[in-house]
Amino acid sequence: MWVQALSLTDFRSYEQLDLEFAPGVTTFVGMNGQGKTNIVEAIAYLATLSSHRVSADAPLIKSGSSSAVVRARVREDERSVGVDVQILERGSNKARINQSPVTRARDVLGIVRAVVFAPEDLALVRGDPADRRRFLDEVGVQRHPRLSGVRADFDKVLRQRNALVKSAIGRPRSSIASTLSVWNEQLSKLGADIATARAQLIEDLRPFIRSAYESIAGGAEVDLRYRPSSPRVQHEVQTVDETLRERLELALDADLEDRADDEARRGITLVGPHRDEVDLTLNGLPVKGYASHGESWSMALALRLAAADVLRSDGVDPIVILDDVFAELDASRRTHLAELVGQATQVFITAAVAQDVPVELSGARFEVHAGQVSGA
Amino acid sequence: MYEGAVQELIDELGRLPGVGPKSAQRIAFHLLAADQADVQRLVDALHHVKERVSFCQTCGNIAESEQCRICTDPKRDASVLCVVEEPKDVVAIERTREFRGRYHVLGGSINPIEGVGPEDLRIRELLGRLSDGSILEVILATDPNLEGEATATYLARTISPLGVSVSRLASGLPVGGDLEYADEVTLGRAFEGRRRIESG
Repeated sequence: MWVQALSLTDFRSYEQLDLEFAPGVTTFVGMNGQGKTNIVEAIAYLATLSSHRVSADAPLIKSGSSSAVVRARVREDERSVGVDVQILERGSNKARINQSPVTRARDVLGIVRAVVFAPEDLALVRGDPADRRRFLDEVGVQRHPRLSGVRADFDKVLRQRNALVKSAIGRPRSSIASTLSVWNEQLSKLGADIATARAQLIEDLRPFIRSAYESIAGGAEVDLRYRPSSPRVQHEVQTVDETLRERLELALDADLEDRADDEARRGITLVGPHRDEVDLTLNGLPVKGYASHGESWSMALALRLAAADVLRSDGVDPIVILDDVFAELDASRRTHLAELVGQATQVFITAAVAQDVPVELSGARFEVHAGQVSGA
Repeated sequence: MYEGAVQELIDELGRLPGVGPKSAQRIAFHLLAADQADVQRLVDALHHVKERVSFCQTCGNIAESEQCRICTDPKRDASVLCVVEEPKDVVAIERTREFRGRYHVLGGSINPIEGVGPEDLRIRELLGRLSDGSILEVILATDPNLEGEATATYLARTISPLGVSVSRLASGLPVGGDLEYADEVTLGRAFEGRRRIESG
């Protein structure tokens, strides 16, 4: 799959930008702050409907405008699909497939699949558990677009349940018991969907992350383990099979029941996918806190490479986006990364100086200067 | 900002649901330019609605006397009750002419964020109506969203022990639609709620 044409309207620094691409490598070169990343950010946005740089959509809209449009023509074999998303300052975003409006913007998920490597990726290893959960769920949504709706519903149920638990602080638990069990049921159902997708994804990532780390840095025992916040869920995810979803629903419901007293004191939901963690280890030691800067970087790259491999093993060749990463890497990691991503159908690279990009990844080149993009 | 009365009207209109500041301004100027008689009719309508209309003491629907027309209609089946969130849901179901039973309007759905719990809905009144055993079936027709589902689940758990048959309105594919255009949640629900087709 590859992007043949991209057009941006009032997106970030661009009032209007129209570009055509070919399969293979496309590089955007320009000094910092000229608008290179904005272009690849738009492509990545179509894949996940969120930015890899900011958590809210508002900064994506050019200041002074009330909406931004990202439009692309995507080629998959002989097929060509037009997709466009309108990002609105107020209200929910709108989207169209081949000019026809779709009910929800998330209906376009799955048309563009992309894996983004960016300097922010170091947070995958060193950041909060939330960064790792976002990584899992972003890849999960690209594998199963249905998960995007499940996530949205889960967040709503969680907010309702938190409001209920909070309202009961200092009152007897029986005052909310009957409605709490209703929210528990919904939370367990949606939570089990999310946890099942995560557990399955981690199983699928494991062999790929090991071989990716081996090729980038070599010689270390790498592992990643799902660590759900619910002890019963933690126990159940040890075996990943077709009964997992059902088992997780029962497990989560039981743990919500068990923690009810603690929750009544603290006024928040204490177990569920919103509090899960992924443990990354290198030679048996946690990467966070133990690994060197270089090792942390290699781990972050290996995670992204493994994500691309998983999508590829699902039968879709994702677009690879390398946003300003070469400047962060030494010569040998650059070369290894270039070899590993070189096989993708389409690769987008941004770099401040062309010399940072390994020669293996030469291809089409655009110069970006003060919001002007020109072929070089 | 406009002079006194006009701005006051714009502010009041802007408080209505679905009316933004721009629309409020447009309506205000429309009223300003309209005939005195037209405006008077609107004023009367507003006045009457607060004066005459109240809520049915039995079902909670809109009524012009103590009981609504549906609750007092002897032709309606008194053994079947359809539970809805709002009076406008009664109107929607009445339009189908498929349902011949009576209604019970809850006045909303369970929504902790808005501070609405079961005790804030007309659930006690519902249980009161079910207590004499004359109602044999309850159909839960709350909205098919998270809050509506939560309310339906809560009601099902509360009512089932009373020995009354409880069902939930089916949710699934729209009639006249194309399968390929259904979103995955709707399609998933339609699968869950599928029906066996009797052969011969």
